[in-house]
Amino acid sequence: METPHSRADDELDWYSARSPYKLADVFELWRYRQLAVILALRDIKVRYRQTIIGLVWALLQPLTQLVIFGVLFGLLGRSPVAANVPFVVSAMCGLALWQLFSQSVAGASLSLVENQSLITKVYFPRLVLPLSSVLAVLIDFGVACGLLAAIMAWYGVAPAASLLAAPLFVVLALLVAAAISVWLAALSVLYRDFRYVIPFFLQVAFFTSPVIYQTDVLIPAAWRPVFALNPLAGAIDGFRWSITGQGGFPWLTVIVSLPLLTVLLGGGLFYFRQVERTFADRI
Amino acid sequence: MARPVIRVERISKRYRIGARQPYHRFSELLSRLALRTLTAPRDWWRRARTAGPTTDPEPEQPTRGELWALHDISFEVAEGEVLGIIGRNGAGKSTLLKILSRITEPTSGRFGLRGRLASLLEVGTGFHPELTGRENIYLNGAVLGMTRAEIRARFDEIVAFAETEQFLDTPVKHYSSGMYMRLAFAVAAHLQSDILMVDEVLAVGDVGFQRKCLGKMGDVAKTGRTVLMVSHNMLAIGTFCTRALLLAKGRLELDGPPREVVRQYLESGSCQEAQRSWPAEPAAEGAVARLLAARILDEHGEVAFDHDIHRAISIEIDLESFRETAALDAAIFLLNADGVCLLSVGACLGSSLGMSGVAPGRYRARCEVPGGFLNDGIHYVTAFIVRDKQEAIAMEKDAVSFLVHDYGTGRSGYVGKIAGAVRPTFPWVVERLNGLGHSPMNNESSASVR
Repeated sequence: METPHSRADDELDWYSARSPYKLADVFELWRYRQLAVILALRDIKVRYRQTIIGLVWALLQPLTQLVIFGVLFGLLGRSPVAANVPFVVSAMCGLALWQLFSQSVAGASLSLVENQSLITKVYFPRLVLPLSSVLAVLIDFGVACGLLAAIMAWYGVAPAASLLAAPLFVVLALLVAAAISVWLAALSVLYRDFRYVIPFFLQVAFFTSPVIYQTDVLIPAAWRPVFALNPLAGAIDGFRWSITGQGGFPWLTVIVSLPLLTVLLGGGLFYFRQVERTFADRI
Repeated sequence: MARPVIRVERISKRYRIGARQPYHRFSELLSRLALRTLTAPRDWWRRARTAGPTTDPEPEQPTRGELWALHDISFEVAEGEVLGIIGRNGAGKSTLLKILSRITEPTSGRFGLRGRLASLLEVGTGFHPELTGRENIYLNGAVLGMTRAEIRARFDEIVAFAETEQFLDTPVKHYSSGMYMRLAFAVAAHLQSDILMVDEVLAVGDVGFQRKCLGKMGDVAKTGRTVLMVSHNMLAIGTFCTRALLLAKGRLELDGPPREVVRQYLESGSCQEAQRSWPAEPAAEGAVARLLAARILDEHGEVAFDHDIHRAISIEIDLESFRETAALDAAIFLLNADGVCLLSVGACLGSSLGMSGVAPGRYRARCEVPGGFLNDGIHYVTAFIVRDKQEAIAMEKDAVSFLVHDYGTGRSGYVGKIAGAVRPTFPWVVERLNGLGHSPMNNESSASVR
């Protein structure tokens, strides 16, 4: 019986306690793509089932914020964005991407805890869960982009040629969301405190990211390098630039963002892998 | 021997328990991080000095605060085998299935699998109440590892098996529990895999459903697929399995033909659960009486956990009365696995002994439940004392328990669970009626069956 590495061995796929130093098995994740899609579809269907106005809810949130901040900055008598672009257009660029980010983080961070029944009963790469939550948010982002297009048409703002670069910044925002979600998802399995940390974190992030203002208009030049430490800042600045073409490519925020994002994502995947081994036992 | 499809090599699994339960609060994480930072250089130094081969480590000895759910388990399963895994609660059966289906990782050891594995640790994993039957079939199928194309190809078959055609587009939250179970099992039953792992799935649902599941399991076994099943249904193990493993306290006790393993398991029945006593403490102020012990006895008066369904079982209670009382009753509730109270009986100590009151002292009361009365399965006894026919004092919930086994004698081929909280063998009278007359025939053609 003790015949390790005999011919029969080679036909078996071997499993043991896996090394915690392996980040993520991309090939395996790809094999489970259908599961990720079907879980994302489930999230979308469930979110709008038994609601009367369905997807309109995805519009109401950014619209309300536009009105509130529009009035607020109007009362303050100061525009937080470049003068040649209407505030509403500029803010909507930020809000569309912000909504994508915040909903991804909120959904993905709790995805493991909310799918405990799956984790304790079936095997699949656990990363599928946060990833599918991020996928599920894309539909709301589509709606928000539609709203943005409508607003631009209303104000007669033509998209700049840099529009082609917009998907890049969407991906950047998604990566930032993924990096943070992987951390929060793994942490919230072990520490339920994170259920309360997440809304708090998002509120801070909303105001420290250039969502309703433009970095190069509102933030003093001396503070911009510090401000750029927020990896989301690069994504939102870049997205706004690519849509409206104002202010030039935000080199500073993007360049500072990228290495930070790499560290955050790499560290997140590593930590996720560390605790993934015991999710089923500890959740 | 056919090629192995599963090979398990020295698998162990450790859980931390009790005070060492890992941090579930943020503050604990912070203090741990601080500690880690301080001790990191020391740990690094130690690891560097003791660096050596890390393969196949010797399973460590259990220390306090740890529980070895599995300890050094090795076995092989050949293609087409139907392997039953039995053992008491906490023996490590479910942990083993969870490791083999990769839900959790072993602490040490490794295992090899060949082909596609489907694990069915629960019926209806991933079902969402808000989604319709149709959507849930796709969702559940995907969760269990089927591709969209495979589900589409078998969709009609699944729906037909579940008998839920007209409710396909209704959210499953509006389903009856029976429909829900049927749909869930239907998806699972149509999984295509080389290895199937099943945990106690048969223990749910109504009788008709269980019969259907058992039939399907039999079919699966006949197609030559490799099946691993964990069950408390000894009859199912004995009927379907070609081989069985007995686990006890995380160790592999026995590996052999199912009937032999089942017999050994039943005979080795531990008496822990069948007997209990409570420490003698000085009587509290105002206390009237207290329970001393409770035990379950077989026909020979021996403490036993496992009982044959056809044999009598005795429940014995020892109690102590601290002072003179007008009336004192020793009483029990008998509950089944579902928590249903089957009966409540008591003995009046005074009148049983022919006295008018109960004097201080120790008493023993025994109640015999005749054979051929209870259904099979686990039973729990709640013991208590009734004072003056009014007040229940000194109640011990689930004081003792016992398992009633149906070894399959006296059944005519049907192997599923027989419905009912109890299963008394009441006499039947069967007569043959001739089509001609309306009155029953004479004694020649009637027979009474017990």
